[in-house]
Amino acid sequence: MSTVEYPSIDWLAITPLIILLGGMLVTLVVASLTPAWRRGAYAIATAVLAVPAVIVEMVLWNRVGHEGPVSIINDALSIDRFAILVWIAIAVAVALVSLSTAEYLRREDLDGPETYAMYVCAALGGMIMASANDLIVLFLGLETLSIALYVLAASHRRRVESQESGLKYFVLGGFASAFFLNGIARLYGASGTTNITAMGEAFAGGILTGSDDAMLLAGVALLLVGLAFKVAAAPFHFWTPDVYQGAPTPVTSFMASVGKLAAFAAMLRVLVVALGNRADDWRPVIWVLAVASVVIGSVLAVVQSDVKRMLAYSSISHAGFILIGVEAAGHGNADGVASSLLYLVLYGVLVIGSFTIITLVARTGDANTGVGAFRGLGRERPLLALAMTVFVLAQAGMPVTSGFIAKFSVIKAAADSESYAVAIVAMVASVIAAVLYLRIMINMWLADPEAGDESREAVRVPFTAGVVVVLGALFTLFAGVFPGWLIDATRDAVLR
Amino acid sequence: MSILASETHGSLAFPVLTALVLVPLIGAVLTAVSSNRRPEYTKLIALVSSVITGGFGLWMLASFETGDAGFQFVSKHQWIESWGIGWHLGVDGISLFLVVLTGVLFPLVIIGCDPHHDEKPYLAWLLLLEAGVMGSFLSLDLVLFFLFFEIVLVPMYFLIGGWGYDQRIYAATKFFLYTMVGSALMLVGIVTTALLARNDIGRLTFDLVEIAEQGNFAASTGRWLFFAFAIAFAVKVPLFPLHTWLPDAHTQAPTAGSVILAGVLLKLGTYGLLRFGVYLFPEAAVWSRSIFLTLAVIGIIWGAIAATMQTDLKRLVAYSSVAHLGFIVLGTFAFTREAIGGGVMQMINHGVSTGALFLLVGMIYERRHTRQIAELRGLQKVAPIFAAAFTVVMLSSIGVPGLNGFVGEFLVLIGSFSTARWWVVIGATGVILAALYLLWAYQRVFHGEPDEANSSFRELRLREGMVLLPFIGLIVFCGVYPKPMLDRIDPSVKSLLERVEEKSGFVAPETVHVETHEGEG
Repeated sequence: MSTVEYPSIDWLAITPLIILLGGMLVTLVVASLTPAWRRGAYAIATAVLAVPAVIVEMVLWNRVGHEGPVSIINDALSIDRFAILVWIAIAVAVALVSLSTAEYLRREDLDGPETYAMYVCAALGGMIMASANDLIVLFLGLETLSIALYVLAASHRRRVESQESGLKYFVLGGFASAFFLNGIARLYGASGTTNITAMGEAFAGGILTGSDDAMLLAGVALLLVGLAFKVAAAPFHFWTPDVYQGAPTPVTSFMASVGKLAAFAAMLRVLVVALGNRADDWRPVIWVLAVASVVIGSVLAVVQSDVKRMLAYSSISHAGFILIGVEAAGHGNADGVASSLLYLVLYGVLVIGSFTIITLVARTGDANTGVGAFRGLGRERPLLALAMTVFVLAQAGMPVTSGFIAKFSVIKAAADSESYAVAIVAMVASVIAAVLYLRIMINMWLADPEAGDESREAVRVPFTAGVVVVLGALFTLFAGVFPGWLIDATRDAVLR
Repeated sequence: MSILASETHGSLAFPVLTALVLVPLIGAVLTAVSSNRRPEYTKLIALVSSVITGGFGLWMLASFETGDAGFQFVSKHQWIESWGIGWHLGVDGISLFLVVLTGVLFPLVIIGCDPHHDEKPYLAWLLLLEAGVMGSFLSLDLVLFFLFFEIVLVPMYFLIGGWGYDQRIYAATKFFLYTMVGSALMLVGIVTTALLARNDIGRLTFDLVEIAEQGNFAASTGRWLFFAFAIAFAVKVPLFPLHTWLPDAHTQAPTAGSVILAGVLLKLGTYGLLRFGVYLFPEAAVWSRSIFLTLAVIGIIWGAIAATMQTDLKRLVAYSSVAHLGFIVLGTFAFTREAIGGGVMQMINHGVSTGALFLLVGMIYERRHTRQIAELRGLQKVAPIFAAAFTVVMLSSIGVPGLNGFVGEFLVLIGSFSTARWWVVIGATGVILAALYLLWAYQRVFHGEPDEANSSFRELRLREGMVLLPFIGLIVFCGVYPKPMLDRIDPSVKSLLERVEEKSGFVAPETVHVETHEGEG
């Protein structure tokens, strides 16, 4: 009788995953057995759940610093500082988005534990993507994230736009996943393994026979299609404005923060670790994606009249900036990975803050997202308008905000790799994008009131959302003035 | 003597430059959080913090070591260590008077200009603007400079957009975007400069002095980098053909905005060209001088002609700025001691006289609610003191000997003659054109018989007079006795020129050394 050999498991390393998964399941079970909780309780429970997860992640961060990275569960997950940094960012994002969702669900009469459970589920998928050391595991993480996001996008039951958004995302996302899976198969064909580290070693030799080379190139191309779709890079961005606009606004902030974080983390790991030796093959592709994203994202953002669509296009442009860091990583520049990570973390906070404010301004029904909805906000809610000003100025890359640090780091990485052209294109595109941020500011502070404005519903700022806005704005300014610790952290988190 | 003095300015001394940046910043925050119920305190906080800043500026001027070409009162700290970015402030002869002018101008503007509504945010933005401008003039770190240079846009944008006239949002947006395009390229230039200098220095640093002294750029690289910087500054100056934002911004801005814009903000461009363009890339600056000289001269003539054609008094003054700033650029790229020194001088003079002109135009608008020259007539009859003040300021702007405008322009023209002869010959006609457009405007507005609308024009009030007095005092003092200023400017200009000559091989032919008494002539 043969015995099955189980891989030994480093329990501490997966504790953050277990905390989130267990917490989610317990919350779901308890919530379904008890009468409806008090207002905000589901959100606060979810946010509190993130606290031990972040603490354990910090312990892990230190452990990896002392003992070096480990790969666990039969090489399926790689626990390095890169993964842990993304985990921390995701856990914090889940907490912030949950808090900003709390009053939204009450306002829209949708309150219940399901949305939060979906957040945690998606976050788990994202965390697995960030640490996956096997393409199949990566795919599992991707699907866990994506399916949760499809459901979340359609979760506003009474808004047809939300349903449409969910369906669109599902159909197109399914396509992208198919591309991605097909790419994995081809890479397996070329290297004989699905393990990311092993694949990197397999390609280290550099010499492949003719058919293997074609297999590899096709695999890289298909994999990049899947990943570029997930990060919303042009020309695979067409779903983004529709889905961002239709989805419930807090869900949009979740997609733009956690979704981008996870997808970029996966992209970086696959490209740098598995395909690092074939950088010459994928770097030009990333270059094109980066330039297309910054230009298309910025230009199309300017002609929108709906704020959610504007920020959807601007998120495409931001994805382009992050891709500039990835391109620099393709030159073997470690700062490329660090700058992408830094950008992701800083942008995540910005985008959550911005969408939290949009959620409040959209008022009951979540439909009031035209740029005119912001008209007069400076008079009605000066502090809220001030916070939004901080967020949009940061997105425009103004100094003394985290946005400047983010842009500066990728431009520096690009210049260090002598990719001057892409740096210049990106900076010019960011000026174009500034028009859109100015439009939001004009409406908040400078525009004259129009007829019917006074009969609009007042913008309420509930406590939980207020906390998110204040924390986000303070972090944006703090990280803009004292970014040193974050820069060092992202440098420590570089993939090797 | 000078060694002794520079020792007392060591790191243990009071960090006056840091205070110059932080006091208005703190003032802005205090103003913003002050109580809405006591508006008089809000104004007091703003005024006090700007006066303290101005006081620090004057104290710095008093203890500035004349004859020392290097940076003084240096304050140097690490800031973002991993990227080699530092808090490095310092002042030399080129930036000294710009800093002092900034310190003097803001309190005067706060006293002299009334925003009419929402005073609290107005004052907060104004103080934030002051902190940004101070920081830009004092920064000796490329990223720190960029940070201040760019952050200036935000308060200025809100000042124009929130307290300006009919087309204010259009003008504010245009101003913001034009300047941002320039600085976008400059950021790439800054990063590349530091990364390339890393090979020579051994570590990544954005410190201006270190890069200038140890960095070594190939000629073609230096030229690319120079242009990345120069375009940003050319927009700010503004140099023809990048000047079109200026008339709109000036015309639509509230009076305070116009005064600050003309007084100090435009100088960020000409100052930047000297401090970062010429200092870092002397070879490229010499190589491209004919381009800049030509654009400067076109700017002088174009600005003057355009000013002549204006029907709006404020727009006229705005176009005259384009012409005046052309003289500064002409002087900068002539690369002689007189010309560059005169250019620096002209930066201050233009700030004083055009600032005062905008104040006066603002006062006319307050009274008549129009800036159209055609609607104004015979003001001299009803407001003789006002007309007298206007005359002095206008004559200074024209460049009449004995007033400050003459000193700078004369030095620029005489200094440039040896190295940029034909440009000077054409540019000098700009002096005549300046007399044409300003005197013609004066004639139309102040001479003649006042009609019904203009006969009730109010005479200069005491508060307005007190605000104008320092301007007129400076106009006369600098015109009659410019030596103290030139003595402090000249050593830094000389050392900058020595650097240019050493790095580029460009040697200015010997010129008649103009001693610093020509103001009386």
